[in-house]
Amino acid sequence: MSWNWEVISETGLQFFGMMSASISHEIKNVMAIINENAGLLEDLTVMAEKGMPIDPQRLRTVANRIMKQIRRGDDIIKGMNRFAHSVDEPWRQVELNDTLGLMCTLSGRFASMRGVTLELDPPSTQVPIITNPFLLQNFIWLCLDFAMGSTGTGKTVVLRAEKIDRGAKIRLSKLQDLAKRETGSFPGERETALLQALNADLVIQKELGELHLTFPAEAKR
Amino acid sequence: MPEKVLLVDDEQDFLEAMATRMKDRGMEVSTTTSAADALKKVEEGAYDAVVLDLMMPEMDGLEVLKAMKEKRPELQIILLTGYATVQKGVEAMKFGAMDFIEKPADLKILTEKIHQASAQKMVLVEKKIQEKVKRLIQEKGW
Repeated sequence: MSWNWEVISETGLQFFGMMSASISHEIKNVMAIINENAGLLEDLTVMAEKGMPIDPQRLRTVANRIMKQIRRGDDIIKGMNRFAHSVDEPWRQVELNDTLGLMCTLSGRFASMRGVTLELDPPSTQVPIITNPFLLQNFIWLCLDFAMGSTGTGKTVVLRAEKIDRGAKIRLSKLQDLAKRETGSFPGERETALLQALNADLVIQKELGELHLTFPAEAKR
Repeated sequence: MPEKVLLVDDEQDFLEAMATRMKDRGMEVSTTTSAADALKKVEEGAYDAVVLDLMMPEMDGLEVLKAMKEKRPELQIILLTGYATVQKGVEAMKFGAMDFIEKPADLKILTEKIHQASAQKMVLVEKKIQEKVKRLIQEKGW
């Protein structure tokens, strides 16, 4: 099978850059909060040195905020690490619920900027497929990006992975404005190149307000 | 008189910590996590400075800046950003930002900028009053 390498590599590089920039912004936000709270501790220390009493509750609040940001930073870095390792092997088994979880983490900031909530349907079963992990993530991102622009007033995208006969399906649902939206340019050149590489299919279910992404149990290499 | 500052950022924990520190330094601080609410607050109250995050949900920080300047041209706005690029800095200045500071911010520097903002606003308000008085004198022929 011939792949459109030029489009795939350009799209992949853009995706990698976009996600890396977003992750670094998130880390900066975490650091900014820790910085302010460390500053607050310093202020409290100066006050104590001057003989002013310190309310232990204030110290507890600051400590809780710092611990919360450490956990948040840890989650961001774990996601970043998984994302970075997605290029380690070109083909391997992935669990689609895990991939969707990672995509929700990576896309969370973009969704929040657009006032959209990403909801991952609780997995009822494991959905393993053999595919190219990085290209799969890139394709899901492009579909999510399109879906986020079709949510209407509901401002929610629900993601769900399910097993189907000889493969797997991802549903992006609650796209209230999908029926109204002009979908002529979607899937475009980038999505088409990735669909080909992943042996995947994309169906736009306007009436249901859903995007259906289907994948074979094992993609042809 | 204490400086009146409006802090706008979508991170609640950031706002709370920074507001406490600024209040401890004698400033009168209001906070909001919403761009729409920030615009409402600017319309209703007279602030000496607004510290505004460039990345706000649903409305870009530069759009918020532009809208605030339209409502209150004398308002002094300091933008906070995760990454200060030259391009963003130039855009911010073009839209009338007083300054552009990268996160994590040094509160000492930010406090200095707020003092400058307050002084600058006072100059602009005084100039506005002088112009008004001058116009009144000319109109009435006094």
